[in-house]
Amino acid sequence: MLIFLLRRLIQACFVMIIISVISFAIQDKLGDPVQQMVGMSVSTEERNQLRNELGLNDGFFSQYWRFAKGAIHGDLGTSYYYKEPALDVIFKKLPATLELAFCAILVVILVATPCGVLAAIKPKHIVSRLLMIMSSIGLSVPIFIIAIFMVYIFSIELNVAPSFGRGHTTELFGLWESGIFTKDGLKHLLLPTFTLAIALMPIFVRLIRAEMMEVLQSEYIRFAWSKGLSASRIYFVHALKNTMLPVITVGGIQAGTLVAYTILTETIFQWPGMGFLFMDAVSRVDTPLISAYLIVVGGMFVITNTVVDLIYGLVNPTVRLASHGL
Amino acid sequence: MNLLSVSNLNVNFHMKEQELAALIDVSFTLNRGERIAIVGESGAGKSVLGFSIVNLIGKPGYIASGSIKLENKDITQMNLRQLQEIRGKRIAMIFQDPMMTLNPVLTIGDQLVETIRSHTKISYKDARNIAIEKLHNVQIASPEKRFDQYPHELSGGMRQRVIIASVLLLNPDIIIADEPTTALDVTIQAEILQLLLAICRDNGVALVLISHDLGVVSKVAERTIVMYAGRVVEEGPTLEIINDPQHPYTQGLLNALPQMTLPGQRLNQIQGSMPSLAERPSGCAFHPRCPYATERCRQEQPSFIYSGVSSVACFLVEDMLNEFAEQDKEVNE
Repeated sequence: MLIFLLRRLIQACFVMIIISVISFAIQDKLGDPVQQMVGMSVSTEERNQLRNELGLNDGFFSQYWRFAKGAIHGDLGTSYYYKEPALDVIFKKLPATLELAFCAILVVILVATPCGVLAAIKPKHIVSRLLMIMSSIGLSVPIFIIAIFMVYIFSIELNVAPSFGRGHTTELFGLWESGIFTKDGLKHLLLPTFTLAIALMPIFVRLIRAEMMEVLQSEYIRFAWSKGLSASRIYFVHALKNTMLPVITVGGIQAGTLVAYTILTETIFQWPGMGFLFMDAVSRVDTPLISAYLIVVGGMFVITNTVVDLIYGLVNPTVRLASHGL
Repeated sequence: MNLLSVSNLNVNFHMKEQELAALIDVSFTLNRGERIAIVGESGAGKSVLGFSIVNLIGKPGYIASGSIKLENKDITQMNLRQLQEIRGKRIAMIFQDPMMTLNPVLTIGDQLVETIRSHTKISYKDARNIAIEKLHNVQIASPEKRFDQYPHELSGGMRQRVIIASVLLLNPDIIIADEPTTALDVTIQAEILQLLLAICRDNGVALVLISHDLGVVSKVAERTIVMYAGRVVEEGPTLEIINDPQHPYTQGLLNALPQMTLPGQRLNQIQGSMPSLAERPSGCAFHPRCPYATERCRQEQPSFIYSGVSSVACFLVEDMLNEFAEQDKEVNE
């Protein structure tokens, strides 16, 4: 276990270095930050002076070296727009995104699992067929269309849920701004959460169904039937646990997709999270903020995948983390 | 009363275009504590018969007609709840491949205890004690340690022992063993077979042994049923069947045993192969492979006739018996 974590840490370092190089390399391809900072009236000379001050005229390697030295000390540069350390800016927006992603994942797990199981146990049932049709549609309709429909139906026509913002939030421990402890905050969570969940749901329903159907064909399930166990025990203990092994792996990979979808969802619902911040940063050519965002997201990726592998090891007894190290 | 009596059982496979008959008119009985064997090549319907006894035929198979009576209750008429009561508790099954039979993500202990607890109201601790005792009975060393292990930590032979322990948990009346040693190492086969035999004998459990190996069958079963293409073709005491097989198919099976050939010689085999369900020959299904087949065999299905202690479905035997009867008559006259 310890060896596994150590190995993961080393791997993570490599991944982070690569991400930092890439995210740093794209910086000067995004546009001119000075243009955005000073406007039209400033002369070319003054601009050049500002460039020199910011170090933008140095070669790529010396710029990267400066950036990397800072990064090791937790300094990913200062946002041009906010005039604050980029990491601080991101961490201020992190709770909003994490809460949204967490709620969406929760909804996906709670809804996709029973749906997938039902579709596998009773493939000919009308509900299962409907689920399959709906998941096909869900897979092919882009998320922003879903979001627009959600807003139209639930905010405009039915007027049951607000369509933008986080609503009323509370401070937790002075550093985490949370929206899940107030009624208003939860109401605001509703639409973005379900939009995200709907985007991720189809693939999980289909995956769980396919895996479960295969597991149900196996000899050990037949043996379980021959022991006279109840159907619920066979489906939910014997079959589901085996079904979940590949689902967990895919879930880890999907965590990345989730980040991508959050950007879209946050933009549509004006959700003040990291994704929304990132879109703003791109339009302002706030390059330090962009790099910092990419690095933070990369780090989240590494962490989720490590956690997923740990969970996998717990569920699957044939995987021993210490000896294989994955 | 017989413990189990199967009569005129027909099992079909429901395919898109047609109904395929997997078992036709199968009848046999099993007494308390009796050990019988069902033999035949692959595709003869042995396993289907084994699974249909607990009504656990894989889709698209289903019992089309006939009855399977456990004492006086008909298993074919039971609903799932009634079946669950019988499965494991009165009729338990051992499967072919111990590597595939145990659930890889549950501990041995979990899989034993759940069987007990789904049939009797009993505390986890008591169930655990029973499970450990049964593991001990099947000669597993340090059962307490095994109890907490996962299947992948055990060898194939060990797993088959665990499975045997698992079918013993609720002291069933009947054990159905579907090729219990086929997937095992040759050296372990004999051990497992001995264990199974000893357990059935000691506890008075009836055994239905499904096998294609007449050598195995001769060591364990008191009575043997030979199947071909979904039908019973011969039935009788194992000794009788092995020493004096009547049906040409049984003769062929015996001849095919390696022990019947001198070292270095080619092994005997029955010409041709078992027909698929969709291509069942007319008349006696064995006629295309039978060296004695006549025109009548191609057209009519022979019915069962009793010759001494066994019964056979073959025109050849029927004709022979008729001839003997006539000779007897002449002698008497």
